[in-house]
Amino acid sequence: MAKITFPVEATHIMMFARAIGDTNPVYHDAEAAKKSEVGGIIAPPSFAQAVAQFDPDYHLRPKPGQKWFGSGATPSGVEGKPASSGGLHAEQHYEYIRPLRPGDVLTCETKPGKTWERESKRAGKLTFRERVTEYRDQNGELVMIARGVGVTTERPVDAG
Amino acid sequence: MALKASALKVGDTHSERVVENLSRTQIVQYAGVSGDYNPLHTDDVYTREAAGYKSVFAHGMLTMGLTSKMLTNYVGDGRLTKFGVRFTNQVWPGDTLDSTATVEAIREENGQKLVDLKLSTKNQNGVEVVSGNATARIDG
Repeated sequence: MAKITFPVEATHIMMFARAIGDTNPVYHDAEAAKKSEVGGIIAPPSFAQAVAQFDPDYHLRPKPGQKWFGSGATPSGVEGKPASSGGLHAEQHYEYIRPLRPGDVLTCETKPGKTWERESKRAGKLTFRERVTEYRDQNGELVMIARGVGVTTERPVDAG
Repeated sequence: MALKASALKVGDTHSERVVENLSRTQIVQYAGVSGDYNPLHTDDVYTREAAGYKSVFAHGMLTMGLTSKMLTNYVGDGRLTKFGVRFTNQVWPGDTLDSTATVEAIREENGQKLVDLKLSTKNQNGVEVVSGNATARIDG
């Protein structure tokens, strides 16, 4: 898989913190952050997920000139009913070497991990796929490791 | 405002309400910033009529982010060494979520004091939507 370059920016961090409803000044107030223990603005713990913004081929972002599977004139912009509910996120794990900061330019490399299957009463056969992403900074130093597990279901999950 | 090993004991808990009456707009706000525009989170027509769910639902990563707010308020900024979750149930518009961290161990590794936490986020019906673990550096 190609490496992705992920520039960490203060505005992006501010917007991310807003979306999770986190008013901690360390995510948006440079002056307050400077006086805090961490000495400047840092990114929230799950911010690295926003690397998707920098993946040119990310499949869950509409792209000009390409069909999008969400609704428009019809419930789905892709012919026929989608084969399943598509992928869902089952697990996410992070290991931190240091916090991400505005000005960091990260290089992210994702490798496939394990794959396994399980039967579920609520959604039929589940197929799990692991992906491990290493985030390195502008000096080549490893700053964090992310391990995500995605699951595809045979049918939509019963609300239960 | 980091935690101190001397003031912590196994079984201590910290809880916060991390969202009340989750709005579809907040889900869209998260979609916009994270870059994940999956219609399952942003498009009610697609989600009901094409995908077969009752409505859009939150990104698992939004629930992880909401849980992280409780976690960093508890352990302090830039203190985490590990943070991992499993998404055990979907989170729907209108849900109110409470997150709890429970101290599982206080230990030392290479001279650094650490706390291991068990995490749980539950909805207004007491159903767990996220379970997880975290480790943070603490003071002596």
